[in-house]
Amino acid sequence: MSRQAVRPAGPTVRAAVLPLAVLLLAVLSGCAPAGGPAAGTTSAAGAGSGAPTGTITVFAAASLKATFTEMARTFEAGNPGTTVTLSFAGSSDLAGQINQGAPADVFASADTANMKKLQDAGLVDGTPRNFATNTLAIAVPPGNPAGIAALKDLARPGVKLVVCAKQVPCGAAAAKVAGTAGITLAPVSEENAVTDVLGKVASGEADAGLVYGTDVRAAGAKVAGIEFPESQGAVNTYPIAGMASGRNTAAAQAFIALVTGAEGQKVLAGAGFGPGGQ
Amino acid sequence: MVGQGYSGVPGWVRALAVVAAVVVLLPLLAMVLRVDWTRFIPLVTSDSSLTALGLSLRTSAASTLLCIVLGVPLALVLARDSFRLQGLLRSLVLLPLVLPPVVGGIALLYTFGRQGLLGRAFDMLGLQIAFSTTAVVLAQTFVALPFLVVSLEGAVRTSGSRYEAVAATLGARPGTVFRRVTLPLVLPGLASGAVLSFARSLGEFGATLTFAGSLQGVTRTLPLEIYLQRETDPDAAVALSLVLVAVAVAVVALAYRRPAARSGAGKRPTTPVPAGGNSK
Repeated sequence: MSRQAVRPAGPTVRAAVLPLAVLLLAVLSGCAPAGGPAAGTTSAAGAGSGAPTGTITVFAAASLKATFTEMARTFEAGNPGTTVTLSFAGSSDLAGQINQGAPADVFASADTANMKKLQDAGLVDGTPRNFATNTLAIAVPPGNPAGIAALKDLARPGVKLVVCAKQVPCGAAAAKVAGTAGITLAPVSEENAVTDVLGKVASGEADAGLVYGTDVRAAGAKVAGIEFPESQGAVNTYPIAGMASGRNTAAAQAFIALVTGAEGQKVLAGAGFGPGGQ
Repeated sequence: MVGQGYSGVPGWVRALAVVAAVVVLLPLLAMVLRVDWTRFIPLVTSDSSLTALGLSLRTSAASTLLCIVLGVPLALVLARDSFRLQGLLRSLVLLPLVLPPVVGGIALLYTFGRQGLLGRAFDMLGLQIAFSTTAVVLAQTFVALPFLVVSLEGAVRTSGSRYEAVAATLGARPGTVFRRVTLPLVLPGLASGAVLSFARSLGEFGATLTFAGSLQGVTRTLPLEIYLQRETDPDAAVALSLVLVAVAVAVVALAYRRPAARSGAGKRPTTPVPAGGNSK
């Protein structure tokens, strides 16, 4: 027995070192793109002359991925010499990153709360402008196996409902809508993001999910959408603003003008967003 | 553990070793410094925190048990049997070590989910795995099993098969040899493998979120609770992270204390045992 005593150390150490090495690799590779953009390319360009040039980094809520990608290409085409680097994530993640010093020129949030956090921290340049609104819709798998037709159907026993947790904006909106309608929802899961809700509906694991109307439209044929009148009880407003730490103010303001202008509003309306009222 | 002997570690190697230790320890220290100690106790004893911690401990214990039941036979077969494609099987079984857990979650979803490979059969039996605590245990077992298999296979290989051969010549049947000789010999390796599996289960996040969902008391384990708290209350996330770090430190300490304690209690062998006699 005593001879065996020292031996297990070998395999144990190996077993512990491998995942650590893997972890380190993952962390290193994960870091690379985050710090990269706009680090060396943002010169003083665009500061003096009229036409914007150079690079700007735009942090935008995940729900803006399709529309902002399109508007960035439009902006680059309309302003030769400019490059728009986009970073999409949950609004609170992005606000947290900017708070920790991430290099953003423009921030477009999916709610006013996260923009307010940055305003309170003195990180916003000027006043944010509300450029879009969004309301909830019911997402169901293709074919609607549970036969969902209205908001009250979500409370039916046996319906597997997935919503966002109330700590994130889409969950707060879902709770508000249900509360206003006097319905008690009993979800099987409360997810961290709209994409997680959509994933579980699209894969057929859930019978229904509460997400934004634009998310349903963006998901295409993977899910079907059902609009409901109670959604007007929780309208989500999207603000956009330049960042005080931004290094290319002229291009940032030009990009915000595009988003809030007629051209940008047309793109947003096409994706199902409501007007922001600015 | 050899005591005296050659130890000519070059200075630059030592310097890099210090850097390596800092890489691991500094972020943990930075987190500890951010803990809001005045709110620490209320934050970690809130209803949602305790529910998440309890669920984490229960599911991790269940998945560790499952890892032992399934992992011991697999490790023995990999170490002792020889068959075609054995090397390939060994590599494939270790895949969850290097796969991003979210990939594991997607794979599990398409296996046990409602529309999955086995899900429809389970559905007909009235069993629904998705969104249940069972799904959490399955996800944890998937990612933790390789830890036990690697630990135990190494232990089985290094312990050799001499004692078993002797037992067999004395008339013991394979079942008896396994119970009375093999298992006691590799027990330390099995214990450290089980502890590592438990630790991995406790930290499981990606596969659980993808496959099991997130609901308080049912599927929202401590890592998922931390991720959710971070959205609104970073202080709560930091406090809960510290709890998880403390549990992890305790688990690792347990895993590494065992062999040392045993060799201290028993007689130390006069000749050091070579570490890697096997070709791997």
